Order: sequence, then C-alpha cells, then structure tokens
Amino acid sequence: MKAPAIRIERWTPESRVALALALIVAALLAVGPLLFDANIVDRLTTLFIYVILAVMWNALVGYCGLVSIGQQAFFGLGAYFAVRLADLGFSVYPSLFVAALIVGALSLPLSTIMLRLKGGEFAIGMWVVAELAHLLVNLDTLINGETGTSLIALNAYAIGKRRALTYWCAFAAMAGLLAVVFVLLRGPTGAAIQAIRDNEQAAESIGVRVTRAKRLVFMLSATGAALAGSLWVATAVTFQPRTYFSPQWTAYMIFMALVGGLGTFEGAILGAVVFFLIEAWFGGAGVWYLVGLGAAALVFALALPRGIWGWVEDKTALRLLPVGYRVKLIGEPDVDKGA
Amino acid sequence: MILLNQIIQGVLLGGYYALIACGLSFMFGVMRIINLAHGSLAVLSAYALYVLADSYGVSPFLGLVVVVPAMALIGAGLQRTVLERSARGGLLVPVLSTFGLSIVIDNLLFEKFGADTRSLAPYIGDLSYDSWAITDDIAIGKLAALTMATAIVLLGGIQLFLNRTPLGRMIRATAEDPDTVGLVGVSAERVNAIAAGLAIATVAISGAFLAMRATFNPYAGALQLIFAFEATVIGGAGSLWGTLFGGIVLGVAQSLGASVSPQGFFIAGHLAFLAALFFRLFFGDLGLNLRRVLVRRPQ
Repeated sequence: MKAPAIRIERWTPESRVALALALIVAALLAVGPLLFDANIVDRLTTLFIYVILAVMWNALVGYCGLVSIGQQAFFGLGAYFAVRLADLGFSVYPSLFVAALIVGALSLPLSTIMLRLKGGEFAIGMWVVAELAHLLVNLDTLINGETGTSLIALNAYAIGKRRALTYWCAFAAMAGLLAVVFVLLRGPTGAAIQAIRDNEQAAESIGVRVTRAKRLVFMLSATGAALAGSLWVATAVTFQPRTYFSPQWTAYMIFMALVGGLGTFEGAILGAVVFFLIEAWFGGAGVWYLVGLGAAALVFALALPRGIWGWVEDKTALRLLPVGYRVKLIGEPDVDKGA
Repeated sequence: MILLNQIIQGVLLGGYYALIACGLSFMFGVMRIINLAHGSLAVLSAYALYVLADSYGVSPFLGLVVVVPAMALIGAGLQRTVLERSARGGLLVPVLSTFGLSIVIDNLLFEKFGADTRSLAPYIGDLSYDSWAITDDIAIGKLAALTMATAIVLLGGIQLFLNRTPLGRMIRATAEDPDTVGLVGVSAERVNAIAAGLAIATVAISGAFLAMRATFNPYAGALQLIFAFEATVIGGAGSLWGTLFGGIVLGVAQSLGASVSPQGFFIAGHLAFLAALFFRLFFGDLGLNLRRVLVRRPQ
C-alpha cells in the first residue's frame, strides 16, 4: 500500500483571517488615545497589563511546565526599579522599560539556582524569593517601609498627556511581548520548550539544550512580569511594597492562564479579557470575588486543565494564531497533531 | 551569653517550625504531593479551636479532641476530591488546584471572621508566658518547650509508624507504585485517604500551637506554608527527622538575624533556605549528609 501523501501545514485560511483581524485591532488600539475617552483609555491600559501578565505566566507554565507562585517578585521589583530610577533623575517613561531590563538581568543568576528545582519545590521556592525581594526592597529608605512612596516624577506631565503616554507604553509593551512570544514559540525554541514540558529526559536525549531553553523562558517571563509591574506603578502612581509583592498577582495570572487555556497562545489573551470583564463586573464584591477566583482556578485545574481555548481547540481544531504544526493528509480529512 | 540565649530561643522556635512542617513533609516526602493549602488548613484549625474556646469555653487542648478528627476527615475528603484527581493530571495540576483552594479558604475565613487578629493565648492560662529560668539571662518558655516536645513526638511517631507498622509500609508502597500495590490487594485510594487524613490531623495540632504562641488572622496561612516548606527543604525532603533539623536551622537563623536588625528575622530565614538550596546543588542534601556523618550507618 502506498503511503498517504502528507503536507505539513502551519497557516490555515482561518488563521490568516485571524492574523489580519488581529493586526487591524492592533492598528486601531495603537491610536486609542485619539479615539476613546479617558475612562476607556485607562481601562484598556489595565487590560494590556493583564494580557502581559497572562501571556508571560502562560509561557512559563503552559509551555515550559514551570509553575511559579513567585512571579510577584518580578512584578514588584519592576515597579521598585522604575521608582528608583525616576528618583535618580532618569526620565520616567524610558525608566519603565529599563527597570524591566534590570530585573531581567537579575533573573539570570537567580535562574541558575531556581531552575534546579522541580515541580512543587520550584513553585514555592519562587514564593520564598518573592518574600525575600519584598524584604530587601523595604530596606531601601526611599520606599519608607510598608508606607511606600509615589512615582512623583509623573507630576511633570499634564494628566491627559500622562494618560496617553502610559497607554502607549503599555500597548507597545504588550504588542512587543506578544510578538516575541509568538515568534519564539513558532521557532525551534518553541518546539524545544514544549518537548521539555512533556518529557524532560526524552527532550534531553534527542539533543534539546534543556537548561538553555528553560533559562530563556524564565528570563523572558521575569522581564515581562517586571514590565507589567513598572507599567502598573505608572498607572497607580503609588508604590506600596505589600501590594506589589502580594501573591495575589500570581493568583490573577493563574486564573487568567487556566481559564483562558494553559499552553495555548490565544488562550492567555482570552483569559486576560475574561479576567478583565469579571473584575469590572464583580470586583466590587470584595471577598466573594476572590473566593470565586480561587474556586474557578480549582475547578478549571481539575476539570478543564486546558481552559476555555484548549476546549475549543480540541473540539474544532481551530487555530487562530498557530504556533504549532499540523499534518494534513492530502485527500483525507484533517489529522490534528496537537498544539 | 546573649548569643547563647539567642541560639537556644532559635532552637525552640525551630520546634514550632518542625511541627508546622510535619504534615507538609509527610505529604511531600512520602506521598509526593505538594499541598499549597497547608498553611490555610492550619489557620482553619486555629479558628475552629478559637470558636470552641471563645463561644463554648472549651480549652484548646480539649478542643483538639474534636478538631483533630475533624481535620483528619477533611484531609481524607480532600485527598478523594482534589488531590487524587490533581495527581493524575501530572506535576502541574496539584500546585494550581491547591493554590486555588488556599485562596478559597483564606477568603472564606476573612468573610467569616474579618481582619481582626486572634490568639488562643488568653485561653491557656499562665502556660502562654510561664518559663523556667536556667540562668539570669536564659529562660525557657513552657509553651515553647511543649511545642518542641510535641514536634519530636509527632515526627518520631510518624517515622516509627511508617517504618514499623503494616499500614505505614502500605503508605510507603502506595506512594512508590500505586498500580502494583493494587495487584497485591491494597486499595491505593483508601491508603492515600488514610495517609492524607493523618497528615492533615498533624496540621490541626500545628494550628493549635500557631494560635497559642502568637496571633493569627485569615491570611496567616501563606507565611506558615513558607516556613513549613523551608524547614522541609532544608532538612531534606523525605525524612521526618530531617524536618526537625531543618526547622531548627530555620529558627536559629531567624533568631540570629533578628539580633542584627528587626527585618533580619525574616531575611535570615529566607537566606538560610537559599543557602541550603545552594549547598544541595554542590554537595547534596544537607540533612541527609549530616545524618550520614552523625550516624555513620551504611545506607
């Protein structure tokens, strides 16, 4: 019997349409402050930061299989360095990005220790790192301990201009990070890190440089979380260490990635939008809102670990922004080859 | 003399850490399950004892007669409903599901009891502050000594139970290979439920000491989890005696750190944990190595 002819497919017609739509939406959002009123601009800025958090956590966990409960370490440090740099007299907006790069550089030595840990040890070990980072930041007299401080350098800008600049920074950060993650996941590194997630020994045996790939994702995820933190301090203005180093940020990331779809590129974005809407509707419910978030994370982890988008993918084989491969038998129905 | 006192107080504090780490170490080391709701369950037990003491006048020690079996049942139920399902999903899922559970417990406690800090100290009479004076500078608190004794009895008891009893062997065998124990007629599900019940029963006891020695609030669980985890990792996962040692290292580090600066207490503890990790990278398990040197028994 003749072997069936196959074709490896990456882009599909619907994914080309989706990418075109995504680019149109991005182009619209890029001129957001000219189109929308102040309230919407502020809310979109928040949404962009949520997308960054969700995508960064998803890259680390959903693709690399490294669950961290300590990403608030990077979030808080990003905000801290932004405040520190601004206090030293650097221009505020470039400082947001430089702060994230500093944190990214700090995550390199950290990765040499932490990446030796596995599973639950890595998860809580990162939490300890976050606690330690929090305590060390409190030692800086600029911060005034738990009282915190403000990004007063922002006062140099008129309120409207500040809102638009913060929006553009958040948008640029989100678009840039999404593009980096998309390209990274589609490339050889993406295949490598997913192989590590699925079976580390097997990946190593076929020549994947495990440590290098893990370190790359760990550092990217640290830099992204730090950028989210520095952007957050630009929107919130005040910096209180307890708020920024709270594990609640990781709870949000887990919720977004789990509900949207762990290990799917589109899922993290969807999860951020879902979280944003839930917060807008139920955020006022206070404690019960947090109970709901925790319960949702629990239920999704047990019943639907690949989230809403994972479920859609399994049912429909739909890929809007494909980062994987699929095998197509010519003249036969589609055979789906996973993410 | 001051230094000696700090070390002694650190060792005694380590007894508390060993106690709070007992259940985590047992689950993590023997059952290979990581339970991020560990601290929250300890705080839940503390509130249960508080309600018994405050509303019904039940002494905390008597209250344990009710709370320990109740928490054991919760532990077994948790194993059946959450942990077992999670473990089937791979390494990732238990971390996510138990973290979600801890958020639920913490916030439900906050909803019920509010942000006020509570303590069981008023319900245990002079035990909360009485001490034996050893010299002019050194005094050993009776509660601290009781904590240490409880930690030793619990950790030692569980170690003996695991090594010497048929049920203990079943628990270890089930953790090793649940499918094979099924072949020889052991129900892995039942054994794991019993083991989880036992682990969470010890959490109830540690919750009592948490509440007697200091104050607590609905969000106190996170820090208890971190201390328990640090003691477990420093001592070397899988060994309950190691956990006692890990708790003492943590307690002494914190006690010495506190003498340097007020923030030094926590910083030194976390640094001790990272140092232990670093040590492990190059020389292997700290607790395990120390035992090899001390015991000198062929493994």
